[in-house]
Amino acid sequence: MINILLIIFIVTLLYMSIANRLVTYIRILALQGFILFGVTYLQLQEINGLNLGLIMLETIIFKAIAVPLFLANLIKRNHITREAEPYIPHFLSLVIVTFIIVSTILLANSIKDTHLDKIFFIVALSTIFSGLYIIATRRKIITHVMGYLIIENGVFILSLAVGNEMPMLVNLGIMLDIFASVLILGIFLNKIGDVFKDVDVDQLDKLKDY
Amino acid sequence: MTLFYLIAAYLISVVIFFNRNRILNYSLIVLFTILQISFTIYSCLHFKLTEIYFFTADSLGLLLLITLSIIVIPAFFHSYLYIKRHNESAQSRGIYFSALVILLTSISAAYLANHIAVLWIFTELTTLSASALIYHHRNKLALEGTWKYVFICAISITFVFIGILFLSLSLQQASSNELSYANLVANGKNLDPFWLRLAFLFIFTGFTAKLGLVPMYTAGIDAKDKAPAPAAALLSSVLMNMGFLAIFRMHLVMSQTSLLHWSNIIIMIAALLSVFVATVYMTKMMNIKRMFAYSSIEHMGLVMIGISVGGIGYYGAILHIILHSFVKSSMFFQFNQLYRVFQSKSIYHVGNYFKYNPAGAIVLLIGFISATAMPPSGLFVSEFLIFRGIFEARYIAVLIGVLLMLTIIIWAFGKSMFKILFTPPIGFNESGVPVINPWESVFQYALLAISFWLGLNPPAIFTELIKDAITILPV
Repeated sequence: MINILLIIFIVTLLYMSIANRLVTYIRILALQGFILFGVTYLQLQEINGLNLGLIMLETIIFKAIAVPLFLANLIKRNHITREAEPYIPHFLSLVIVTFIIVSTILLANSIKDTHLDKIFFIVALSTIFSGLYIIATRRKIITHVMGYLIIENGVFILSLAVGNEMPMLVNLGIMLDIFASVLILGIFLNKIGDVFKDVDVDQLDKLKDY
Repeated sequence: MTLFYLIAAYLISVVIFFNRNRILNYSLIVLFTILQISFTIYSCLHFKLTEIYFFTADSLGLLLLITLSIIVIPAFFHSYLYIKRHNESAQSRGIYFSALVILLTSISAAYLANHIAVLWIFTELTTLSASALIYHHRNKLALEGTWKYVFICAISITFVFIGILFLSLSLQQASSNELSYANLVANGKNLDPFWLRLAFLFIFTGFTAKLGLVPMYTAGIDAKDKAPAPAAALLSSVLMNMGFLAIFRMHLVMSQTSLLHWSNIIIMIAALLSVFVATVYMTKMMNIKRMFAYSSIEHMGLVMIGISVGGIGYYGAILHIILHSFVKSSMFFQFNQLYRVFQSKSIYHVGNYFKYNPAGAIVLLIGFISATAMPPSGLFVSEFLIFRGIFEARYIAVLIGVLLMLTIIIWAFGKSMFKILFTPPIGFNESGVPVINPWESVFQYALLAISFWLGLNPPAIFTELIKDAITILPV
């Protein structure tokens, strides 16, 4: 069951690489939140109930509901145009993300460590790299934030892989989540929308070494 | 006491945030200063004792904590002047001081943390509070600087977290899987090399955002440019020290394993690139604050070269980072007075500073002598020790390269500084120049004096502490 969920997770990455509208990105993020909720429940059977409850509550509230709703609200209020506006064509994006996934599979197979849960490692690494790729190739600030959220999901999966031995690390991952949500979304993007009317990274080039 | 300190300090910052009364605000700041100093004294008295499981005042942490507590007083004094002169609203004053208190408390706690996860949590808090300081002026450029700082720090903090995960994987053969530094050092031989390599790469890359080293140094430059100068002084001294401490503790772990040589090469490459980047940018730099910021990058590069060559370089590096924090914070404090005279950050519009504010000009001159490590400054001693370390480790090519780059930096820095100090600016209207009270520079002189004293005639206890911090490192 865990494997099925994780494979669906990988498929969402492929879908995200060709998605065109920002709303689709938000839906994918919400779906990833729900998948992580399921994976958490199935994977972390050994840790105590209260902690597990806390972690699951966090995944469902922050990852699956609050952050996507907030992003949707943000797009509406700031009148951000609906397209994601990538720098390079969708087909090429699809090829590159596929390439990322294949190379992480090859990398994971070259590691000879019996403790390692390979599927977690593969999914986590390919998620992190796809998130970096999305940050690098999309033009809007809000897609950068989404890329960062994808990276965080990847880190969360990686922390689940060691979660049974060290529940503390999963809790730390949650702190990272809350930190990012508070910082990037709560205080910050509001203001960026107010000051920069059209939210493009191309506008953020005034600070330079002259 | 540690718990009491943390709770009290965060409580003070919350009250400052919501309070609109000026008198109460400043009395709380005084209260926090007293709290900070008494906490430092308490930590000195409880040397190497562990409190609430996660905080131990070891030698390096204690040295940096004392450095911070010394810089706190001028930082608050100059912040007070800054806020008073800018006619700030009660709200923006509250946010500024509240963020400052959170920043200082988090850095102090990070210095004493003996567990990598605790250090990581407080690093997050410093990013949060520093971004509030950078966004102080609430204009477009400040927003851009804050956004870049936040984004790069968020990415790098994620990197550190990935590194911690890999570190936990590397502990599988060890007797205990606790992630405290003591346990990591004790289990050095049992760490799995493959995972440890990955962990070191990620943790090192992540903390370079705070230390100001290639590859993540860019965030810090914009931050120091846009933050108010008293806050920028803290960002370029005590916050950088925190990044150094994090990487140094990781280096201590690596030194117990067979990967020491490999990690030294990684540190050396990053450090050399940092000095190179600083050289390139300082030759063309026209913005004074950014010039100071790049000078910090250069010094951090030198410090990390000292760490990677080992031997006497270790001692030189720790001495250097402490002296650098005094000198650089003093220069950033002085920048505010310079800005009041000329109302510009650009070297084009600034000049002949000796005529308008001799006391401040002398601070800049001594600061320049220290920042370029000319004798008889304290930084000369530490930089000389680092070079001796490089020489003794037989890295002659590195030595020649670094010396060449430093020569270019001295030329570039000197060209700009002498323009500021002596060459009259073109088309400058003298009528509106305010008279600067020389007594406002008194703390800057004090900081510079400390850097000279510690460099030229260090007290015995100071050298003992530095030597104790590096005892477990191989010679």
